[in-house]
Amino acid sequence: MNLNSDIEQFDVQAVNNKTKLFEATGKIYPKRVEGKFRQLKWLIMFVTLGIYYITPWLRWDRGEFAPDQAVLVDLAHRRFYFFFIEIWPQEFFYVAGLLIMAGLGLFLVTSVWGRAWCGYACPQTVWVDLFLVVERAVEGDRNARIKLDKAPLDISKFLKKSIKHLIWLLIAFSTGGAWIFYFADAPTLLIDFFTLQASSIAYMTVLILTATTYLLGGFMREQVCTYMCPWPRIQAAMLDEDSLVVTYNDYRGEPRGGHQKKLADTSLPGTLELGDCIDCNKCVAVCPMGIDIRDGQQMECITCALCIDACDSVMEKTGKPTGLISYATLRDYDLAAAGKAPPRSVPILLRPRTIIYSFIWCAIGLLMLFVLANRSRLDVNVLHDRNPIAVRLADGSVRNGYTVKILNMVPQKLMARFSIEGLPGGQMRTNQQDGLVTGNGETMSFELAPDQLKVLKVFVTMPANSLPKQTQTFQFVAKIPSRGERRVTETNFITRK
Amino acid sequence: MTNRKIDQATGTETTGHEWDGIRELDTPMPRWWLILFYITIIWAIGYMIFYPAIPLISSNTKGTLGYSSRAELEDALKNAQSARAQQIENIRTSSLAEIKADQSLHAFALAGGKAAFKVNCVQCHGSGAEGSKGNPNLNDDDWLWGGKLEDIHQTIKHGVRFELDDDTRSSEMPAFGRDEMLTQAEIEAVADYVLSLATKPADKMGVHENSGEETAGGTDNGAQIFADNCAACHGTDGGGDRSLGAPSLNDHIWLYGGDKRTVIESIFNSRKAVMPAWTHRLDEVTIKQLALYVHSLGGGE
Repeated sequence: MNLNSDIEQFDVQAVNNKTKLFEATGKIYPKRVEGKFRQLKWLIMFVTLGIYYITPWLRWDRGEFAPDQAVLVDLAHRRFYFFFIEIWPQEFFYVAGLLIMAGLGLFLVTSVWGRAWCGYACPQTVWVDLFLVVERAVEGDRNARIKLDKAPLDISKFLKKSIKHLIWLLIAFSTGGAWIFYFADAPTLLIDFFTLQASSIAYMTVLILTATTYLLGGFMREQVCTYMCPWPRIQAAMLDEDSLVVTYNDYRGEPRGGHQKKLADTSLPGTLELGDCIDCNKCVAVCPMGIDIRDGQQMECITCALCIDACDSVMEKTGKPTGLISYATLRDYDLAAAGKAPPRSVPILLRPRTIIYSFIWCAIGLLMLFVLANRSRLDVNVLHDRNPIAVRLADGSVRNGYTVKILNMVPQKLMARFSIEGLPGGQMRTNQQDGLVTGNGETMSFELAPDQLKVLKVFVTMPANSLPKQTQTFQFVAKIPSRGERRVTETNFITRK
Repeated sequence: MTNRKIDQATGTETTGHEWDGIRELDTPMPRWWLILFYITIIWAIGYMIFYPAIPLISSNTKGTLGYSSRAELEDALKNAQSARAQQIENIRTSSLAEIKADQSLHAFALAGGKAAFKVNCVQCHGSGAEGSKGNPNLNDDDWLWGGKLEDIHQTIKHGVRFELDDDTRSSEMPAFGRDEMLTQAEIEAVADYVLSLATKPADKMGVHENSGEETAGGTDNGAQIFADNCAACHGTDGGGDRSLGAPSLNDHIWLYGGDKRTVIESIFNSRKAVMPAWTHRLDEVTIKQLALYVHSLGGGE
């Protein structure tokens, strides 16, 4: 007689429980589960998908000379806009810094909460969850889906499958579709896209991302995490005995079994005390990776904690304390197993690793903030002519040529004053008329187009009687009086050919 | 096939090869791999139908699409040409001054001029137009035949002392020594005088260094010889005459060198450098672009 007759038993096997060297993995039918971790996952899915779909539609006023999209990667014009920040290609190190911070952040989170990224925030996890919601809504829960797959193809099955794939494709399309809005003005692109006016690259991108979302979310699912993604390997190496991982507390659960009486009635010597695990297999049935957490920590486990929710619901029904499967550190597990401390699921925040990660993370963040707050929005590059290096003029004076590039990184028209310092007697002129307002030999005033690079050809002439004996270092000074910016660029005046 | 056995551990057939008791499994190709392989075969057949593929004895199959990489290049060139057509036409119909006043057209002309210069002019004038002995530096402000846009245009179009062009710029300096118009002593005296015309820079740090040694007492005599023989073309003060292509002798720039030996050589043998007329080889638009480019190098007047 079964003690727990109200507990459903699941006929399910862990996918990585193989006896053969090679075996094609069977299809996984994750069962629906309720619980606090499921609630948390719904919330995170809602927030992350919201960020992804809404961000391109946020507006941010930057004046008439720059786009008003809050987050925009303008590849055509080599600009990146993020709210109040505008980045030029040479400032890409900010993005590199952010990536380093993201990496360190992942290390930090992994050392404390294990593979929390994989289980909750990774796009693959979020989209697979979304696809599973659709699958359940159309085909029913685990048992119904298994039955449907085994059933011969009839109209009802065909309809169900078609509807599921149609909705999947719609989700995939809107996923791929949302991506392109980060790279162009979203409202314009939306209209262009559906009136077939958008560029071919936009359609190609949507097509490719639709296909990958459909394939990765609908078909490949856990295979992506196990076989394609490098993170499981890296993250597994980053866990230590103080990291929280999803743990089956086997000291409490074993020996498992659902038929206590029956076993006790056998003629085995003594009484076999069964553990709390009634071997209902619900933890395996709900697992999106299709593994059995009771086999211990495994590479495939993304620590989504759905098995915790599943087991807790069973423990409540059997009247036993929850937490047979729980988040625990290896250290706490060992203590609890040895009976030295009560089991607990507490993140160990303060330890050398986390402190070092946090310190580096904050240091990079603060450094980048400091550089960002103090960065100049005016840059000047001066390139001395290579050929000819110096030109002797008829009156004995010597002329040097320079290519001067002035970067106005502000989306406003600006007036720049340009002068030379440290070269007494030197006279400056340009043969360019565009934007030149005044020029008198020592200073030139130029109008700089908003958010653009200006290239000037500048000639500097030294009279014969004040020619420097050797190469003379001097400075091109660019000033933006209206913004109080001043940029000094050092270069050389060369007399000898 | 007789050697084929089923491997116990995997249930897979073996190839029958065995090394030290290790047998090779004959694992079938994954299906996705096979499907891809068949797709590539179908693709290849399609390719052979649509594109040039099979070499024949003197030619090859052309494919139904009629594609060829040469035609593609020609198309690209044609497209580039038609994209430039409007600006080329504007340059053709505008005067040099008008082109210079139009910013975008001027920038276009400079780019074209720069490219044409690299192909046609660098052989003599150098890649930076810095010149060399006998080939003028085009960056400086010393012009033999004039440094205005029109002057430069004329020089490029018809050349200098280029016999095949009737409109070529032409002048001839006598070979005072070779034709025995002046004696050796007179030539030396006038050379000293010529070298004294140019005020040397205080520091002697010239790009074209004037290293001539002055001979004491020779200058008075030289001045007289200069006035009698040279001033007609080079001017009484040695300032030169651009209408004759007579170089200024009182500046710091020496086309052949500013040392006494070279100046004597110039007076003795004369100098008759030739520049070809480009109107026979380049179209008018290119010549205009070249004139604008040379004018922009820094010495244009």
